[in-house]
Amino acid sequence: MPDYTLKIRRYDPESGQPAYWQEFGVELEQERSVLDAILQVKNDEDGSLAIRCSCQAAICGSCGVRINGRSRLACNTKMSVAAEGAPNGAIVVEPMGNMPVVKDLIVDMDAVHWKKVQRVVPWLLPEGDPPEREYIVDPESMIDVTQSMACIHCGVCVSACLSLEVDPEFIGPAALAKAYRFVGDPRDAHTEDRLLDLAEDPHGMYDCTHCFACVEVCPKDVAPMNQIMRLRRRATADFGIKDQNNGYGHEKAFVDLIEKYGILSEAQLIPKSYGDGSMIRAQVKPAALRELSAKLPTVVRALRSGKASPKTALIHHKLKDQDQVRRIFDEVESKDERLELNLYIVGESDDEEEGAMSEGGQEQ
Amino acid sequence: MKLAYWPGCVSRGFTPELHGAMAAVAPRLDLELVELDRANCCGAGVIAEHNQELVDTLNARTFAMAQGVDGAAGMMNICSTCQGAQSECQERLDADSAYRKHINEHLEPEGLQYERGGAWWNKNFLWLLVEEIGLDTLRERVVRPLEGLRVGPFYGCYIVRPTKRLGFEFYPERDTYLEQVIEACGATPVAYAGSHKCCGFPVITLNRETSLRQAGRHMADALDAGADCVVTPCPLCHLNLDLQQPEAQPFVERDLGMPVLHLPQLVGLALGLGMKELGLHRHVVKTDEVQDKVKALSATAA
Repeated sequence: MPDYTLKIRRYDPESGQPAYWQEFGVELEQERSVLDAILQVKNDEDGSLAIRCSCQAAICGSCGVRINGRSRLACNTKMSVAAEGAPNGAIVVEPMGNMPVVKDLIVDMDAVHWKKVQRVVPWLLPEGDPPEREYIVDPESMIDVTQSMACIHCGVCVSACLSLEVDPEFIGPAALAKAYRFVGDPRDAHTEDRLLDLAEDPHGMYDCTHCFACVEVCPKDVAPMNQIMRLRRRATADFGIKDQNNGYGHEKAFVDLIEKYGILSEAQLIPKSYGDGSMIRAQVKPAALRELSAKLPTVVRALRSGKASPKTALIHHKLKDQDQVRRIFDEVESKDERLELNLYIVGESDDEEEGAMSEGGQEQ
Repeated sequence: MKLAYWPGCVSRGFTPELHGAMAAVAPRLDLELVELDRANCCGAGVIAEHNQELVDTLNARTFAMAQGVDGAAGMMNICSTCQGAQSECQERLDADSAYRKHINEHLEPEGLQYERGGAWWNKNFLWLLVEEIGLDTLRERVVRPLEGLRVGPFYGCYIVRPTKRLGFEFYPERDTYLEQVIEACGATPVAYAGSHKCCGFPVITLNRETSLRQAGRHMADALDAGADCVVTPCPLCHLNLDLQQPEAQPFVERDLGMPVLHLPQLVGLALGLGMKELGLHRHVVKTDEVQDKVKALSATAA
């Protein structure tokens, strides 16, 4: 059996001592998991080593840790995989990030993850008196939320989130994915209220930096960032929610500029983003003026460094064949229904005869 | 090597030095670039957020134009964000023939059509350097090894995540290519915490504090790790890390002054191109110290 070295970050707040690193040797088949290795250490060498775990089959979501810097479930990570990415031959195991450490590999999920999940009102709010028996829904209409329902609340995405790293108040990927689970539920009667709440919160859906860290690490392919983008899409396209974070204005300004010019004009994107996506409104909203004036030094520096000239800043040329781009915009945007191909639902099944698109998986 | 070349929007907007540097570097690597000057914006994640069918059609249009370039080995981009946004669309287009057919119908009036896969690819200059040109060839072409220059890599999210979409199954080392290229140029890669993190640019107009804290923190980490400069294959990262760096400083409560080079600029320096030709004077954070170091190397070599 192969030998491995585990380098584990230890911390016991009751000891009065700072955190430290400790190495352990383990002998284990390569297809066994990092959790198996940790439990072997706990069993054979140091019973005080703390880790939270239960099912050992990537279902309960208890054993989230960071392995060689990457957030993941210990039970779902083979030793061979962990050893491949081990710096200097030792598999580094740390507690998850963005949450306070309780002891060794255990973090305080209540302080961050569960608090944020509660923030999004994670239960159904239907209208009227409850039916005599269960709520009946068309199964087709629930397909859209199955991806967000797959979440096992392991907190691995919370640990990896690069926005949370700099803004601890960010609602975060897991809770926002949970929010979409109810926004997308046809039985819920407060879709617009929910979206309004998440759009207006300065640390809400528009605080996601689109870094894909949550998509990369999620052991259940929930793709929380994709759910956040759907929240934004619903908020802007279906409800026209004009939020204080410029989320609506930014999207509208960007999309309008591409429709008009084909390629992006950064110089026009900035002023148009504040407010409702137009130049005019942006100039009269007090919040927009404040944001714009904060941008002025940046614009001056762009001009002084030679990055932008007054000419390029003010005049943006249309693309050759821009009429083609505009025609595509007209054609797609004039449709009543948005078409979304969610590969999580339809899977990748390319055959030349018939693709999976015909079998559903479209957003309503 | 002949390539269909998608320069993106920002290299022709707020980072013209990138466009110029790529044009200067191409002949030194025997690259013939056929610029797709009628192609459209990749959507940068924003159009995808707005309407998926729209963004997939727009990028299918670009791919179709690239596939129409006679004798091209593939398509090259010079922006991590273009790479990620376009790969996302390509993933959907390739996954489902009925969907692809539907999207292609939007392109019919112009006689354009995106054809799936085969040997066709769309690669960032970084991937192209390692996988198509090869580091050995790059090393052979280096006339000014950047000895002693300590360079921190900064990838940009879109070119490293999600690995499943970005071909890491076939090219598992794509998240270490910048370090490999830095070494091939004779410089020393510097490891620091922020190299694969987010620059914050996507939320600069939505949450300025989150955005600039990210940019500031990464540059401070690079500084503490002893980097002379950082290098990035993404002009959007460049906007937040260079153009916004003075604004980011208060958020980390320190002076930074960390020069941020575009990937073709770093490669161009090693290939012996001139500072001005590479647009090194067109940065907000002055690159003088990097230029002086490189000039001293030339003097030593001479």
